[in-house]
Amino acid sequence: MEALQIILAGSLVAIACGLLGCFLVLRKMAMVGDAISHAVLPGIVLAFLFTGSRDSVTMLIGAGAIGILTTFLIEFFHKKGKLQTDASIGVTFTWLFAVGVILVSAFAGKVDLDQDCVLYGEIAYVPLDLWITDSGLVMGPRVLYITGTVLIILIAFIVLGYKELFLTTFDPGYASAIGISTAVWHYLLMGAVSLTTVASFESVGAILVVALLIAPPATAYMLTENLKKMLILTSVLGVFISAGGYYLAAWLDGSIAGAMASVAGLLFMLAFLFSPGNGVIYKSISRRSKPATDPS
Amino acid sequence: MDTFFEFFSFADPNIRYVVIGSLLLTGSSAIVGSFTFLKKKALVGDAVAHSVLPGVCLSFILYGEKNPIILILGAFATGWLSLILIDIISSSSKIKEDTAIGLILSVFFGIGIFMLTIIQKSGNAAQTGLDQILFGKAASLVGNDLIAFAVIAAILIVSVWFFFKEFTLLAFDEDFASTIGLPVRGIELLLTTLTVLAVVIGIQAVGVVLMAAMLITPAAAARFWTEKITTMVWLAAIFGAFSGLAGAYISYVAPSMPTGPWIVVVISTIAFVSFFMAPKRGILYRLNNQRRIKKQINDENILKALYQLGEEEKNFFEKRTMAEILTKRKFVPAALKTGLRRLKREGYLKNQNGYWSFTKAGKHKGQRTVKLHRLWELYLTQYLHIAPDHVHDDADTIEHILTPELEARLEKLLNYPTLDPHQSEIPYR
Repeated sequence: MEALQIILAGSLVAIACGLLGCFLVLRKMAMVGDAISHAVLPGIVLAFLFTGSRDSVTMLIGAGAIGILTTFLIEFFHKKGKLQTDASIGVTFTWLFAVGVILVSAFAGKVDLDQDCVLYGEIAYVPLDLWITDSGLVMGPRVLYITGTVLIILIAFIVLGYKELFLTTFDPGYASAIGISTAVWHYLLMGAVSLTTVASFESVGAILVVALLIAPPATAYMLTENLKKMLILTSVLGVFISAGGYYLAAWLDGSIAGAMASVAGLLFMLAFLFSPGNGVIYKSISRRSKPATDPS
Repeated sequence: MDTFFEFFSFADPNIRYVVIGSLLLTGSSAIVGSFTFLKKKALVGDAVAHSVLPGVCLSFILYGEKNPIILILGAFATGWLSLILIDIISSSSKIKEDTAIGLILSVFFGIGIFMLTIIQKSGNAAQTGLDQILFGKAASLVGNDLIAFAVIAAILIVSVWFFFKEFTLLAFDEDFASTIGLPVRGIELLLTTLTVLAVVIGIQAVGVVLMAAMLITPAAAARFWTEKITTMVWLAAIFGAFSGLAGAYISYVAPSMPTGPWIVVVISTIAFVSFFMAPKRGILYRLNNQRRIKKQINDENILKALYQLGEEEKNFFEKRTMAEILTKRKFVPAALKTGLRRLKREGYLKNQNGYWSFTKAGKHKGQRTVKLHRLWELYLTQYLHIAPDHVHDDADTIEHILTPELEARLEKLLNYPTLDPHQSEIPYR
């Protein structure tokens, strides 16, 4: 039962992150996802301080706002300051993260939050953190409801905005020509990344969020060119990573989040080496056999 | 104020350690970071910073206790491996570099966390404090750390000093560097090695995420103040060192405050000030410049409209109302009004009871703008074979930018023409 709950929570987070990650990877914005997932830290701390609770909507809004602020600052320094993108990302998120760490230190007594939990997250606590209604009814792990809700919102977002997301990703010029605002969809996507990051933060930690945003989509991208297939493949990989990570962690008695990231890396490596069509091995074989079949 | 003197007298050996350590660390990583910044690889520092963790854990597992040198070697090995893997992934598959960086960074760090938790649960007491490497401990630097810092900082600075020219070439023109026979791969490998060294050392003081800032931010700040690479590297080093000192001071005054994050907040503040305030490249300068150019274009267009009105009626010094000017060219009325007043102040126009007329200087300036417009139209039709009805907009833009030198060259090239493509006369003085 516990195992199932943890794997389920992991899968929900992995699918949510992976679906968004597909768009980030295709838009060459993988590091923006990384930046947001670190930069929302001060937002989370401030929300804790102001609301005093962990699961309020205010917290999501506060951290979400910081997430949007991050992307705005990155864009601003890049466009108005002509700072190259990677430096703009690096300067912005390290600054916000540093502010977050300082806030944690300054209010360490008042917030129930420490650096370890933010960086690693502790998905093992999922079955312990139950949602109990006022009448005393036990509804099961709270994290499942939060991540489940986020995933439903995300799927709705992607289904409803599929055409817009598709066009602004692959052909921004055409998209704006037919009246789709690339800026609006950029910020909607970044808002979704912030939301997902914040919701996943306490269950799996910052670093696994980044791993799940990037590794499954990158793996799926090695296997297909088709966006719909890539999204589905990413979700399947997400479930596999979650289950595989759980059992690996149980076997070696280590962090589940760490094990999930390791499995994600392993899957990418396999796809990188053996992908039919794109893998390194396939390519080197076809390169070697080419001179024989090629008459010229 | 007492704490200020206490701190800056450096009487307390602990303060000395922390200050010297922070200075060496921030200064030398800023220098190395300048080159990764210029190579547009600012984020590899972040990747390395995360990737050292599995190496640290691995060397602990293999060696069985915390030996600083072994740990550093382990950190160095996986940090280096991560950069090589990023390179391989982005060059031999369709995965882009940023995805490769994010992938390697998070997977390596995840593996590191996994190993760390296994070690922690293994019950080996020697492991306590191993996770300090994640967050840094600048405030508790001791003599031994300092020696390591000094050695590494010296290696970094001396190598950069020695290979300054090569690194510069590599940063700006890799192709040129390889055509003149430089061993590009080798130099790149050296730069990679130096980056990993800086990170491995720095991480122990400021922690994983913030180490990335020490490489990127001073260089980004310095870039806004200068076009010269030598100046830039010096500035980056000074900015970095100052933030190291300031961070150490802040955590001395408020002991519960972490040094590393404060160093980053100080250097970020310097960077933000630079982004906005720096002359020439700063955001405020740019915005101001844009406004100035907009004003200039507006004013020249007013003079041009007045000149064209004068041309039609063969009387350039006639008094005209704003309404008349608006028949010649569309202006936002408010912009027209402020433009007219400004032109009067500058001596190009006269105003009598609401009627505007040229001064001599004003007529001359309007005439020049019209002339440039028509010369450019002619140039476009004659030399670029663009249809006469397509050249107006382009000329409308360029007429405000052409310098007197270009004007003279155009005249000569077109052999002092008298008529533009629309058969309007080109006015010479």
